[in-house]
Amino acid sequence: MQLQPKLIALQLLHLRNPALGEGLEEEMERDPRVCVMGEDVGHYGGSYKVTKGLATKFGDLRVLDTPIAENSFTGMGIGAAMTGLRPVVEGMNMGFLLLAFNQISNNCGMLHYTSGGQFTIPIVIRGPGGVGRQLGAEHSQRLESYFQSIPGIQMVACSTPYNAKGLMKAAIRSENPVILFEHVLLYNLKERIPDEDYICNLEEAELVRPGEDITILTYSRMRYHVMQAAKTLVNKGYDPEVIDIRSLKPFDLYTIGNSVKKTHRVLIVEECMRTGGIGASLTAAITENFHDYLDAPVMCLSSQDVPTPYAGTLEEWTVVQPAQIVTAVEQLCQ
Amino acid sequence: MALSRLNCFSSRSANLLKTLSSAISLRRPISTDTTPIIVETSVPFTSHQCEAPSRSVETNPKELLTFFRDMALMRRMEIAADSLYKAKLIRGFCHLYDGQEAVAVGMEAAITKKDCIITAYRDHCTFVARGGTLLEVFAELMGRQAGCSRGKGGSMHFYKKDSNFYGGHGIVGAQVPLGCGLAFAQKYSKDENVSFALYGDGAANQGQLFEALNISALWDLPAILVCENNHYGMGTAEWRAAKSPAYYKRGDYVPGLKVDGMDALAVKQACKFAKEHALKNGPIILEMDTYRYHGHSMSDPGSTYRTRDEISGVRQERDPIERIRKLILSHDLATEKDLKDIEKEVRKEVDDAIAQAKLFVDT
Repeated sequence: MQLQPKLIALQLLHLRNPALGEGLEEEMERDPRVCVMGEDVGHYGGSYKVTKGLATKFGDLRVLDTPIAENSFTGMGIGAAMTGLRPVVEGMNMGFLLLAFNQISNNCGMLHYTSGGQFTIPIVIRGPGGVGRQLGAEHSQRLESYFQSIPGIQMVACSTPYNAKGLMKAAIRSENPVILFEHVLLYNLKERIPDEDYICNLEEAELVRPGEDITILTYSRMRYHVMQAAKTLVNKGYDPEVIDIRSLKPFDLYTIGNSVKKTHRVLIVEECMRTGGIGASLTAAITENFHDYLDAPVMCLSSQDVPTPYAGTLEEWTVVQPAQIVTAVEQLCQ
Repeated sequence: MALSRLNCFSSRSANLLKTLSSAISLRRPISTDTTPIIVETSVPFTSHQCEAPSRSVETNPKELLTFFRDMALMRRMEIAADSLYKAKLIRGFCHLYDGQEAVAVGMEAAITKKDCIITAYRDHCTFVARGGTLLEVFAELMGRQAGCSRGKGGSMHFYKKDSNFYGGHGIVGAQVPLGCGLAFAQKYSKDENVSFALYGDGAANQGQLFEALNISALWDLPAILVCENNHYGMGTAEWRAAKSPAYYKRGDYVPGLKVDGMDALAVKQACKFAKEHALKNGPIILEMDTYRYHGHSMSDPGSTYRTRDEISGVRQERDPIERIRKLILSHDLATEKDLKDIEKEVRKEVDDAIAQAKLFVDT
């Protein structure tokens, strides 16, 4: 029987072992091939302190401070992965990885295929993304939209300290290239997690709240807006089922499908923009696979197709808020 | 007396070759004579931030005859690929290496299969130098499962993991960071080997190259960047693309060496020097002054941006195979007929491989 699970932050500035960092540290202890590369991950401890303490423990050859050169250090991580090393490459903000798009798309995603299976690329590319608090347009991007089409990569998004640690560990152990999306606003969450070693399945969605009336699919930060809306909805007499899809590529259509077959109504709540986001793909996948089970068209709430404004009130308008989620559910359940 | 003994040697091994020709790989030595011969490179090396190695290169009959055979094979292979492409058996992109053979062959002579090589899309001969078979080449080019990438990669995606050949890349310059990553992995594993990251004069202006070079120098990685300067980035001459086409100097704080890339012995000497340097002092740049006879790819005639005189001039003055032929003949290591016989054998090998590859079903 396990001891009292420890209280841990997904990423808390003054705690020595936050969930993401702990997951990383445990995997580095377990496998000497795991190394970390990124800007300020070493001596500085990471701009969001995910890698704090790792450089002191594992040294400069395993925790590497890179210059500001995303294209090349991502490429180098991929090259190293081709030989069997298991680098964890950090984008200080996922938006910066646009500079490494070619490396991620052509080399990370495709080399396994174009080499006829000779090479695997067991790399993890991770970092914070999403809309923060007035960080401005360039630092508020949702890269999962852009990367989702790349053949050969897997994408997951963490949202709680528990799944952050579990997904980090699973991603590192996977032979596939995995992109792990963290969120700038979720680093300070606190949660009790088990002491013993555990990993989360990379391809599984997470049932957050079982329900009968409607399936709400979400991930990352929007999970919290959804749960806030859920409180209001419950008071109004609704029984929403909330699923954190976690696996952005591939979708867990098994879990999602079972839910749709039960509730017959789907609302997707995402932070991607209206056009070409995860929600757009998910809508298509659900419509294609579960059309017969739907009593209403799939509804998708996304961010506005605009660069994220700096002003706080404007920024709020571009992102889905709990009130909108409540209205959407009421509409769908009419 | 010595000459007749040599003739007897080579005709005996030639017979051996005929019976084993179908199973033969590139590495079969024709002569087993390893008596050292000292040869001077065509021109001295020019260096940047380092002391150039001597232009006196040690070689031997076995090596010279191997160079001749290997380059003749590569030349034949590329010319055959040209025909196959025109016959529409090879589709898409096809970038041929004829003229540049000395770089692939000289490099291989200076290193081991534990050292890594990565290059761009003009990769057929580099693949073969790393031990790839002709069958794997032609099958891949024709999209068959027997190809080195099971028909899924094509001309620009040849790889051979077991001899540390990391491809085979279509996007200009993207292989250089990968190559520095290979060097990083070597340093991480402390295995005393080096990585050669090849790129062209066109890729030499890519930002990611300088990024990767900076990191390699900072982290002391055993990375050797090799610019195969054939003087044209597709249709753009080097002086129209680079403010400074002295590619061996562009590393600034990273030492560099300019090498006659049409001289296999100079290439060998430079690579040997570079390997020693990289293991001790971190990255170094080698600029191989070379030339491609074909256009950039099969869709480029190669004559709109350079004169036919220039092409035939290089062929006459600097052809890498002719250079070795003259060396072999002047040192009495084989007769003209011996060398012609080798060329015939090699031609047959290529034809046989193509015939074999054609038997496989399209992927």
